[in-house]
Amino acid sequence: MTWSEMVPLLWEATKESAYMVLVATLLTAVGGLLVGVALVLTDRGGLLALRPVNALLGLIVNIGRSLPFIILLVAIIPFTRAVVGTTIGTSAAIVPLTVGAIPFYARIVETAIREVNRDVVAAAKAMGASRREIVVKVLLREARPGLVAGLTITVVALVGYSAMAGVVGGGGLGDLAIRYGYQRFETGVMIATVVLLVVFVQLAQMLGDLVARRLSHR
Amino acid sequence: MIRINGLRKTYRGRGGDVAAVAGVDLTVRAGEVFGVLGRSGAGKSTLLRCVNMLERPDAGTITVDGVDLAGLSETGLRTARQRIGMIHQHFALLSSRTAAGNVAFPLEVMGMPRRQRADRVAELLDLVGLRDRAGAYPAQLSGGQKQRVGIARALAGEPKVLLSDEATSALDPDTTGSILALLRDLNQRLGLTILLITHEMEVVKRICDSVAIMSDGVITEAGPVHELLARPDSALARGIFRLGPPPVLDDATIVDVTVVGDGSLISDVARTHDVDVRILDGSVETLAGGRAGLLRLALPGSPASNAAALSQLRAGAVAVEVHP
Repeated sequence: MTWSEMVPLLWEATKESAYMVLVATLLTAVGGLLVGVALVLTDRGGLLALRPVNALLGLIVNIGRSLPFIILLVAIIPFTRAVVGTTIGTSAAIVPLTVGAIPFYARIVETAIREVNRDVVAAAKAMGASRREIVVKVLLREARPGLVAGLTITVVALVGYSAMAGVVGGGGLGDLAIRYGYQRFETGVMIATVVLLVVFVQLAQMLGDLVARRLSHR
Repeated sequence: MIRINGLRKTYRGRGGDVAAVAGVDLTVRAGEVFGVLGRSGAGKSTLLRCVNMLERPDAGTITVDGVDLAGLSETGLRTARQRIGMIHQHFALLSSRTAAGNVAFPLEVMGMPRRQRADRVAELLDLVGLRDRAGAYPAQLSGGQKQRVGIARALAGEPKVLLSDEATSALDPDTTGSILALLRDLNQRLGLTILLITHEMEVVKRICDSVAIMSDGVITEAGPVHELLARPDSALARGIFRLGPPPVLDDATIVDVTVVGDGSLISDVARTHDVDVRILDGSVETLAGGRAGLLRLALPGSPASNAAALSQLRAGAVAVEVHP
């Protein structure tokens, strides 16, 4: 395969990967924060201690995390159809990506929030802060560097997951590497996609580190 | 200002229940600095955290400025807390906010408009001498500066009561001195009532008007510092004035005298009765309410022959104890 044949393929695949990963990241950030905060609040000694809810939520998160992504991708096809109306294509791939990444990020959010100094939470309570204020102004705000670092890890994991999106016709760099590089022995395509994926991950990591450092005042 | 009655708080632990506070009654008068002194694990911290309901007591009542806190709804309690300041051993500042941002936090909670907030923050930072560090993050401040931010933050709601949870325990002696001086100054200038807990006798000596000694969840001794010091058998007096066993002297009367103020009593006695008063040992302390000391004197002759001098000592001193 020549360069001129390869470039449009790579460009198309890069756009698909970027689209899938970006949209899935945004949805995961929102979903993961909600679930992560809920995990902390409902735990024993939490601001909204509700053990049964906590146990159920933890179980769902753990199930989500134990399923291999390729299985999840297929298993939730009916759900995907209900959400986006189709089960093939890039948009359809975003659903399993998000469903797979939310439990992952939720656990990171949970850990980051638990790292917040308990004294500071007690101090906020002593100042008469409401639960909402404690969550928004203390827990999430203080945990910000950890939340951003965790989101960076999640983005990198999503890049990996998105390689499997080819199964549902989602396209992207991983799919390209499998179809051309692996199945058709196009070593050139293989190397090019790997390089692009490395650049992709590198950029995400650098950006994440930069933001996390900016937010950290420890 | 603060009235605690029959307070109990028990923690359920793996090794059985632990009664952190096992029946405490305490009254803190308006405008005084009241210290609760005890070793770690004595239950002081739990006691203090019950005063603003960070810990819910199992039994007993807590009244702050006439309001029974246990009877308040969640919303009522939040409002009441805004009028009770608290400072912490490890400062408990938000690391993601500047000094000014930390002081602004309680003002935001109170719902003060942004414009007013900036003025009030500047005023509060001024009060603790930190105006020039307004933009610094806690990580850029020294321990003493962090506690000053903590104090400014605690005063944001113009509280009548300030709770101090070992506020100087993480600080070096010099910084401890300056923070205690600031607290004393705020106590006097603003009429702020301060309830503090500490394990350091030094803190009690320097700023407390009254003290309660706590061990194993109960208060073993409480009262105004000068009254407790006047009782040589009190734990406070024994903790502050440390003298060894009296020496054995032939034909002399050994007497321990607790004095307050300038101590001119000793020379008065020496002059009036023309006796050679020797000071064998002594411990004089500068306390919040003035100076006090325990002096061990030797007078020549037997106690009987010194009856007149001893009675003058008894009349002028806070306490007199004659060694047999």
